[in-house]
Amino acid sequence: MASTSRVTGSDIVDTLTSLLLDPFQYSFMVRALVVSILVGLTCPVIGSFIVTRGLAFMGDALAHAVMPGLVVGFLLGFSPLLGAAPAGIAVALLIGLISRRTGIGEDTSIGILFAGMFAFGLLLLAKAGGLTIDVEDVLLGQVLGVTQTDVLVTAGLAALVIACLYVFHRPLVFTSFDPVGARVVGIPTGLMDYVLLALIALVIVLSVQAVGVVLVMAMLVTPAATAYLLVRRFVAMMWVGAALGMSAAVVGLYLSYHLDLPSGPAMALVATAFFALAALAKQRRPA
Amino acid sequence: MTVTEKPALTVDGVVVKYGRVTVLDDVTFQAGRGVLMGVVGPNGAGKSTLFDVIAGLLPVSSGRIEALGMSNDGPASIAYVPQREKVNWRFPVTVLDVVTLGRAGRPRWIGRSGSGDRELARLCLERVDMWRHRSDLLTELSGGQRQRVFVARALAQEADLLLLDEAFSGVDVGAQEGLVGVLRTLRDEGRTVLMATHDLTNLAERFDQVLCINSHVCACGPPTVAFTPEVLEELYGAHGVDFTGDGVGHRGHPD
Repeated sequence: MASTSRVTGSDIVDTLTSLLLDPFQYSFMVRALVVSILVGLTCPVIGSFIVTRGLAFMGDALAHAVMPGLVVGFLLGFSPLLGAAPAGIAVALLIGLISRRTGIGEDTSIGILFAGMFAFGLLLLAKAGGLTIDVEDVLLGQVLGVTQTDVLVTAGLAALVIACLYVFHRPLVFTSFDPVGARVVGIPTGLMDYVLLALIALVIVLSVQAVGVVLVMAMLVTPAATAYLLVRRFVAMMWVGAALGMSAAVVGLYLSYHLDLPSGPAMALVATAFFALAALAKQRRPA
Repeated sequence: MTVTEKPALTVDGVVVKYGRVTVLDDVTFQAGRGVLMGVVGPNGAGKSTLFDVIAGLLPVSSGRIEALGMSNDGPASIAYVPQREKVNWRFPVTVLDVVTLGRAGRPRWIGRSGSGDRELARLCLERVDMWRHRSDLLTELSGGQRQRVFVARALAQEADLLLLDEAFSGVDVGAQEGLVGVLRTLRDEGRTVLMATHDLTNLAERFDQVLCINSHVCACGPPTVAFTPEVLEELYGAHGVDFTGDGVGHRGHPD
């Protein structure tokens, strides 16, 4: 700084502006930004339920289980999201069904479907020779590769999820907090559980292109858990989580562009850093 | 307590089986309007199951249950305060949130709470003396305060019949008395309150009626009548009078 005495405030502003805006002269970066923001918004909002209900393993399993749907989507040539959405919902319902019908524990049912569907997805990917998809992109995410159709499908799914969460907010909260009391006032708690699982599946599906099958958990759980440390009420947790999630996604996207990093790990690491800071700043006493 | 009007709750020959296990065996009793009834029995006696079938959460294998409202003979609105183990304490809700949820069933289970709901929640919280704690998280409250919040939620539900499952567990003795005081005011308005407990401390002072169950009904009536040494032995076994339960000791001698 000492030698560059001619650096003025406006130079710094110019540099910052170009760092922030240059990426968006490319339309693929504009598409990536839109998808990142949608992922950063929807993941923590549904993730608030995952964190407070202890559904992290379920979420991880759902993410792996949408693999075959993604691959089929690629194979048939339309948006992979359109293949993954029904796969995710089907798996969410199957998990509930298996644990109810067989008496096998829910975590075991999740484990069985998780591994089985993921293996099926990997086999499909291996046998679908000649495809231009990279296993790494599916596992770790590559938001720079999203198409116009993907953006539209992502936006549609995000709108659907937010609308459902708005309409079902009170019954979902009541069921999550006190399922017995909720049933007594006439809330169909079993149905609400399925609705929640289906919404989680949809959010995972719209997120996998940005952060990948393996790292989607970082967006689902980490910003919501960070918010849990920072605010008291559940609704505040959703808002703060969404703000953190969008920040992590956008910062991760910039890092990905400027440092040539894969987008999924970049976003996941930024979210993790936010959590580490919040955890250091505040130690929540155990309930 | 008066016998001229229809009872608020009629349980008639109710049997509940899980597979081959009979949890409730021919349970029959009635509770009048404006009665505070203790439901007493050892762990596993079927107290929670009884509440579940009264609340409509479980089907009966056979028998009949009828719950009537306090102002008319229509079906009662029922509120259920669950055992603390059945509540997700990790979920961050404030006192006011919990009571407002009591309005969730009305008029439809879908939709959001309105300003009228919040105004009613305020009145209900003032009645249990918890309004000043309205912004506290439920996890930050003592056991007795939590139970008061759930009672306020029952009030917000405009419930005629309140079922409290093990409401004394985790509540210190002083706060137990406060909780009973609140429940008495509800009883005096004509509501019917059933509370399951395996804690036999001060039963006679606390409840108008006791229902002693151990899968079947061992006794039902005013504590001084129902609570004989024979009934205690049936509930808790030969040494039950002095040694069962939480080590409170010297129970079974209601005044």
